[in-house]
Amino acid sequence: MIGFVEVTVSVGTVTLLDRLTLAIAPGAPTVLIGPNGAGKTTVLRAAMGLLQPTSGRIVWDGEPRRAIVFQRPTMLRRSAAANVRYASVGADRTRELLELVGLAHAADRPARRLSSGEQQRLALARALARDPKVLFLDEPTASLDPASTKAIEDVIRAVSARGIKVVMSTHDLGEARRLAGEVVLLHRGRIVEAAAAPGFFDAPRTVEARRFMAGELLV
Amino acid sequence: MPDDVSALDLVLTGDPALFAIVRLALIVSLSAAFVAAMIGIPLGAWIALSSFRGRDAVIVLLNAMMGLPPVVVGLVVYLALSRSGPLGSWGILFTPQAMVIAQAILVTPIIAALSRQTIEDLWLEYRDELTALEIGPLRRVATLVWDARFSLITALLAGFGRAAAEVGAVIIVGGNIEGFTRTMTTAIALETSKGNLPLAIGLGLVLIAIVVVVNALAWAFRRAAERLSG
Amino acid sequence: MMIRRSLIGLLAVLALAVPALAQEKSITVASTTSTQDSGLFGYLLPLFKARTGFDVKVVALGTGQALDTARRGDADVVFVHAKSEEDKFLAEGFGVKRYPVMYNDFVLIGPRTDPGGVGQSKDILAALRTIKDKELPFISRGDRSGTHVAEIKLWKEAGIDIADARGSWYKSIGQGMGAALNTASASYAYVLADRGTWLSFRNKGGLDIVMQGDKRLFNQYGVMLVNPARHPHVKKDLGQQFIDWLVSPEGQRDIAAYKINGEQLFFPNAADPNA
Repeated sequence: MIGFVEVTVSVGTVTLLDRLTLAIAPGAPTVLIGPNGAGKTTVLRAAMGLLQPTSGRIVWDGEPRRAIVFQRPTMLRRSAAANVRYASVGADRTRELLELVGLAHAADRPARRLSSGEQQRLALARALARDPKVLFLDEPTASLDPASTKAIEDVIRAVSARGIKVVMSTHDLGEARRLAGEVVLLHRGRIVEAAAAPGFFDAPRTVEARRFMAGELLV
Repeated sequence: MPDDVSALDLVLTGDPALFAIVRLALIVSLSAAFVAAMIGIPLGAWIALSSFRGRDAVIVLLNAMMGLPPVVVGLVVYLALSRSGPLGSWGILFTPQAMVIAQAILVTPIIAALSRQTIEDLWLEYRDELTALEIGPLRRVATLVWDARFSLITALLAGFGRAAAEVGAVIIVGGNIEGFTRTMTTAIALETSKGNLPLAIGLGLVLIAIVVVVNALAWAFRRAAERLSG
Repeated sequence: MMIRRSLIGLLAVLALAVPALAQEKSITVASTTSTQDSGLFGYLLPLFKARTGFDVKVVALGTGQALDTARRGDADVVFVHAKSEEDKFLAEGFGVKRYPVMYNDFVLIGPRTDPGGVGQSKDILAALRTIKDKELPFISRGDRSGTHVAEIKLWKEAGIDIADARGSWYKSIGQGMGAALNTASASYAYVLADRGTWLSFRNKGGLDIVMQGDKRLFNQYGVMLVNPARHPHVKKDLGQQFIDWLVSPEGQRDIAAYKINGEQLFFPNAADPNA
């Protein structure tokens, strides 16, 4: 569905992605893991078209219909429902989406006054309003408590079940286990290992992957 | 306006000349601020969101124009609106319209410069989301201006304050004609030149009080609106 | 939202346009600060409006500025007090005819204690010479007003080239009579003023009339219609009505009736052939 072909992203003297080649296929969620600065966010932003590769190219199968939920989403200064409607959907679809993410009761509340967990779910509703083929999520539960985390993960599962491809990054290995169909371990802008989920967790092939899974700091 | 009364007496007895002057001052300065906002806010927003060669120079120039000398603006507008000038056929020299035009010219750079800063700051915050949502340039401007509305109102009040306080431009293009183009500041200038210093100061205090009231109303409006929309 | 705001703004500007159109029945008179600051217009114009029903809008500038305003066509009538400048204005073809209206006089104002002994001089020329010789502080309007023109003439008559002879004692402030009096009051200086503005001035402080009565201090006011041949939009009928009233027995009586503390400020002399 999306292909990264020898993609390098450099900003000044810093290389964020180093000749990265990755194929993202339709189906179960693809989860990116790896230490801070590994390039997870860069992969998502590049796939979203927010950054241009310095070299190499990103190829889409057909028209890119995509949406993203940022780690810290920004809400407009209006109600929750208005924020969803902003993505150009009608009142009915807005209600549907708010129900899907469990925010129907907060439709008329000022969006910026919602809790961070609620704002994350609202961002999800807004992203889904774009009717994407692919949904990118950048550490969607990083700053949330367990209850909110569960709520988001439930929505991700529901969304994936509806046929939308989910590509997300996470720091939480448990979450990766819970949601991934495919795992991609990144380190220093390169792919260390990419494999189907059960295989990866049970028997990582590379040394770095094993060390990472064992909880060691990859430097 | 009688000479030997204090400004407070004039307020308490509802002196019609004083009220006419206050009314004109408010109409002229508020209109000028609104016209300046109509031009300055879109202009500031456009500069905030575009990138072009010389952008920095434009911003520096805009900021510098906040300090346009009122008397110079007054003179230029006077020469333009004079019967012997290019816009003489409009016949609006020595009228409140000329005063609104002069003050609008004075105030537009202030509102534009402040809007640019406000919207640029907000754009930093909104850039990722609006880009990801594929919002087109016109809708971007509308969204940023709407979301920045409270800060922009402050910019508008700054513009109004500047207009209400100046005398150099309005006295030249308005002529300080009694009953027609006499505002608070021009009346204060006149009373000063008649030696009525206590009255002039009193009028000054009335003017300050009015500007405070306008600001207080705007603040109350802002608080109420913020509570409603977050 | 933006559209709504634009509409409101537009309405506001238009709302101001309407009253302007409704005020077509009025004339603009460019006059001097002395006729305004002395309160004469404040007194006369309501009388005129009651009689004729139209507004006289007075823009008070110095004589020089008033005549320039008329040259640009921004006034219908000009009412000033410097005959030489008025004659020049007529010669240039900007005015139709000069009518004398009234006179008063200039007075030399200074500190009540008169440290320079200026008041002892037998005439104004001697007084000015004393001021120059003793380098007493003197405030000049410096704004090509009628008073300023008169002041320069007097220095010349006293044999003093003021442009040459000026030093730090001579302060040219480029402002109206009120500002000049305020400045003189604050710095205990001498200043030439017209009696009308002096009498109605309310910040006299330590100042008083130091010398008066010299015939050379005579101050004549004249009124002219701006020439419609040069500026076709001039409201010649209404303007002439105003002039006719000023020189009519009625108008002249009203001018004479204007008093401050019982003292008459302006003396009508429209009928004087030599004015």
